[in-house]
Amino acid sequence: MKKHLNTMFVTTQGTYLHKEGETVQIKVENEIKGYIPVHTIGGIVCFGRVSMSPPLMGFCAENDVAVTFLSEYGRFLASVRGPVSGNVLLRRTQYRMADSKTDSASLARFFIMGKISNCRRVLDRVLRDHGEKIASEELSSASVRLKSSLDSLRQTSDLDSLRGIEGESAKNYFSVFDHLILSRKDEFKFNGRSRRPPLDKVNCLISFIYTLLLHDVRSALETVGLDPAVGFLHRDRPGRPGLALDMMEEFRPYFADRLALSLINLSQIKPSGFKTTESGAVLMDDETRKALLVAYQKRKQEEIYHPFIDEKITLGLVFHIQAMLLARFMRGDIDAYPPFIWK
Amino acid sequence: MFVLITYDVSLEDYGGQRRLRRVAKACKDYGQRVQYSVFECIIDPAQWVKLRQRLFSEIDPEKDSLRFYFLGSNWERRVEHLGAKPGIDQEGPLIF
Repeated sequence: MKKHLNTMFVTTQGTYLHKEGETVQIKVENEIKGYIPVHTIGGIVCFGRVSMSPPLMGFCAENDVAVTFLSEYGRFLASVRGPVSGNVLLRRTQYRMADSKTDSASLARFFIMGKISNCRRVLDRVLRDHGEKIASEELSSASVRLKSSLDSLRQTSDLDSLRGIEGESAKNYFSVFDHLILSRKDEFKFNGRSRRPPLDKVNCLISFIYTLLLHDVRSALETVGLDPAVGFLHRDRPGRPGLALDMMEEFRPYFADRLALSLINLSQIKPSGFKTTESGAVLMDDETRKALLVAYQKRKQEEIYHPFIDEKITLGLVFHIQAMLLARFMRGDIDAYPPFIWK
Repeated sequence: MFVLITYDVSLEDYGGQRRLRRVAKACKDYGQRVQYSVFECIIDPAQWVKLRQRLFSEIDPEKDSLRFYFLGSNWERRVEHLGAKPGIDQEGPLIF
């Protein structure tokens, strides 16, 4: 099986990365900070003013190392793609399915099912662990409503109605999300989902983690030979990784939202680590970003049990497993795509 | 798996410098230099076969020596570092 490889994050402004033998050399102001063998990493994420030599980009593409460039605050800028590789037959199947309304709808339903089930589990888990000290009635009613969304999902096969259910359940889930913040509530207040720009600290955290997640999911899809740009739930738009966004849905609540919540609830980040700009956008400082990256990497190394393949794996590998299962479904090896549902 | 590679390349003859440089380069492609002629490599079995072959083809077996220590996957408990030049934890968060 594929090994869960490490991701390298470069946050120091002015860093230059280039190829030295078969390693990545990290250079800041002409001072060499280190060498990392390319085989030991699965991805490189560069923040802000970080540059990379074209030979290294080519070498990364050759070795299946996903390279993503983000702005200093985590907004997606660009990613590096090598020569088109992987299985052309699989990709063609993917395009045909995306063209077909029924196939798109059935796939979109799997993704949404994963997302809503996981949203529900996040709420139920908090209810079970902290039910006595929070507004448990609101939470449990939201959970019930998510359950009914799940039920209506089963009877729907129209793509637009599916999107409707998804939007409604997301609204439902985020309407009670503030209750999941258990400590320092006055400082970390969630005022509904806001993005571009995030208007509060919680949104700032969530958006940033989503960007990291997108990088991982995208590279997992590319590794199995799928085209991350052609989605089912998210339709084609230039520059948008539709399929990566589709597959991300099932990981958002379980992986990203819970990570943001535990960072806040376990006081791993400080409220003072954020600043508000004149436009109302909330940004985090370098220290907070670093703490977040460390937590994200740690979370990926945690071991979980994957019910479908019946094996213990690291969380970071789950993206690859799901991408592999999706490819198998498209090839017709399995009858349905099993979304990852947190038990 | 985790392999510790140490080497001694004889500099007495002409070409020693070259062998030394090339051995170091091969090790660097796969691992982290922790001391001058000591490398730590986290490597999979296929890569290990390649690296080993490459090292054997670079050295002069009459004069140079290579030593490999296989520390397995539970190597964190078997390695302790004191003093300057702490290495990068290759499996921990890589943030620069």
